[in-house]
Amino acid sequence: MNKLLNVSASPHVRSAETTQRIMLDVCIAMLPAAAFGVFQFGLHALLVLVFTVAACVLSEYAYETIAGRAITVKDLSAVVTGLILALNMPAGIPLWIPVLGGIFAIVVVKQLYGGIGQNFMNPALAGRCFLLISFAGKMSNFALDGWTGPTPLAQLKEGASVDLAAMFLGKIPGTIGEVSVVALLIGAAYMVYRKVISLRIPVAYILTVAVFAFLFGKQDMSYVLAHICGGGLIFGAFFMATDYVTSPITPNGQIIFGILLGVLTGLFRIFGGSAEGVSYAIIISNMLVPLIERFTLPKAFGKEGKQS
Amino acid sequence: MGLATFKGGVHPYEGKELSENKPTQILMPKGEMVYPMSQHIGAPAAPLVKKGDRVLAGQKIGEASGFISANVICSVSGTVKAVEPRRVANGAMVNAVVVENDGEYQTVDGLGADRDPSKLSKQEIRNIVKEAGIVGLGGAGFPTHVKLTPKDEGSIEYVLVNGAECEPYLTSDYRLMMEEPEKLVGGLKVILQLFDKAKGVIGIENNKPEAIKKLKELVKNEPRIEICELLTKYPQGGERSLIYAITGRKVNSSMLPADAGCIVDNVDTVISVYMAVCKTTPLMRRVVTVTGDAIANPQNFQVRIGMNFRELVEAAGGFKAEPEKLIAGGPMMGMALFGLDIPVTKTNSALLCMSKDQVAAYEPTPCIRCGKCIGVCPSHIVPVLMMKAALKGDCAAFEKLNGMECVECGSCAFICPARRPLTQAFKEMRKTVAANRRKKA
Repeated sequence: MNKLLNVSASPHVRSAETTQRIMLDVCIAMLPAAAFGVFQFGLHALLVLVFTVAACVLSEYAYETIAGRAITVKDLSAVVTGLILALNMPAGIPLWIPVLGGIFAIVVVKQLYGGIGQNFMNPALAGRCFLLISFAGKMSNFALDGWTGPTPLAQLKEGASVDLAAMFLGKIPGTIGEVSVVALLIGAAYMVYRKVISLRIPVAYILTVAVFAFLFGKQDMSYVLAHICGGGLIFGAFFMATDYVTSPITPNGQIIFGILLGVLTGLFRIFGGSAEGVSYAIIISNMLVPLIERFTLPKAFGKEGKQS
Repeated sequence: MGLATFKGGVHPYEGKELSENKPTQILMPKGEMVYPMSQHIGAPAAPLVKKGDRVLAGQKIGEASGFISANVICSVSGTVKAVEPRRVANGAMVNAVVVENDGEYQTVDGLGADRDPSKLSKQEIRNIVKEAGIVGLGGAGFPTHVKLTPKDEGSIEYVLVNGAECEPYLTSDYRLMMEEPEKLVGGLKVILQLFDKAKGVIGIENNKPEAIKKLKELVKNEPRIEICELLTKYPQGGERSLIYAITGRKVNSSMLPADAGCIVDNVDTVISVYMAVCKTTPLMRRVVTVTGDAIANPQNFQVRIGMNFRELVEAAGGFKAEPEKLIAGGPMMGMALFGLDIPVTKTNSALLCMSKDQVAAYEPTPCIRCGKCIGVCPSHIVPVLMMKAALKGDCAAFEKLNGMECVECGSCAFICPARRPLTQAFKEMRKTVAANRRKKA
């Protein structure tokens, strides 16, 4: 033995899990929804996806270079942010808008707070809300097959009935990635299978919206199902509310977080002016995460009965 | 399904296939023998011999020097070369008796004589265990005679034998269960003799079906002994996890297993009790697995305690690749070594030689709060928040988060996708907190 031996404290082995692998899994899970979006809304949707992701990755690279920080684009978290943001865009949006949103998400929401793991809001959602406020008209211009119409939930709010099968498959107006429940569920199942996410947040969220819609909306099965399938709830519940950084780490906290999301979404949809409300519900709940965690710390093994 | 286990834990690569089917070989020492006076938890033993003395195999050369302390027994015959500090596995210099082995293995009188345990009183058994220098051979090294003398003898309802061997790569306990199951059952019966109300349970992970079959067959006519099949999951053999899996009882950091009516002993420890009580043979040997991808021919050896690790490596065919990391024990809780020039002590169950150090291969990256560390923690605490406290050196916050309940099993650091040194930081914090508590007391 000529080399000096490595000496460190145990454990001396590591699992195969890496941040990069987790982010890659999230990207893979979004592919069915992205593919459906491109198939449904055409080539411009693909351009939106490419430009938004590129904007996120490049702005992260540029910021970290200028700030003299370690370059973290390889961990793929900026790609995830870009994909989520792009899937939240109407397909016909002028490309500079999602690019601006991507830069805002990465630079203002993520990097200014310290980079990966430090942001208190979901960067993609904060970016989307920034764009919604700034460019309300362009951001809610949903065209399908050359015909511009209200989203199913907007119709529902007007008291009209909706086509549930079309909502499930995705033959409805909406953002690029939110429309096809089937495609989203395939991706969600992949994430659950890969143990990237647990079901606590999405199930608590979706069930709460269902109960809320049933209690305060209409006691009608197709009405409740429309609330579940529409307005980006499936996309939000599985892909955005489960963002590690901005959701509680404690198991009980995750359930409370899901319920809180459901109540807020229900309030916005049924009592508020908005028809969708998922994005706002999530970024508002993001800010309550530290508080939720504080009250839901698990009881230590063997100390369940006692005060710590 | 249905198998006894605990909540949490991880599944590291087991690596047991390297050595599990290699029968134990008896390896005799060649060079000098080193007997550190501290191979156990508690006060170091006091040397009973001086330079120039002739010593025999089985002779007591270190005397327990406190309530929690253990004797040290010479495992060869020869001449004392020195009584001086020597380097041990954890890197420290520890006072040790160094013996020049004459290769004759002359023993003290009466060594190896058969003894009928049923004719011994409880106190006699405890004395024999104490004199034999037996400590927990699983790694912790807690003096066994102290463990076998709980405050309230009548409250002990379980004597648990830890045959989980959940540490990856280790196969020494498995080989013992396969090769000397009668001694294991015999040792357990001796211990049960001390606790009239207790039931004996041998817990074995279900990745060792042969051992389970063999022992089940052996105890089918023993009314007081059962075999409990455990789910294969790390750290199933952790004391608290094992007690919970088998009895459903929970032990925290301020309790001893005896407070939950349990005595827990490792397989090799129980066999040592058998050897001491029934065969008048004090603790001089142990089984060591020499394994890892850098070792030419992974093996299980029965060695004399005090032997140099270099001899074990040679006997296993030497290195086939240059090792980057040597570990005394398993990869999850073992101790990284500075070099091979250290003696095998009572608690060394393995020498693991790895050609690649996985820890050094990755830089830690920022925490992404995935929460996987919480899911795997067998103590049900929150490593991600404890790490924040540890990075700030905030002992109060660390204690408030129940950081002292950490058993340092390494599961959180193993699973962390950001490769953060969680367990490593907690060890440091726990030491600081414990030291502060002692200062206050």
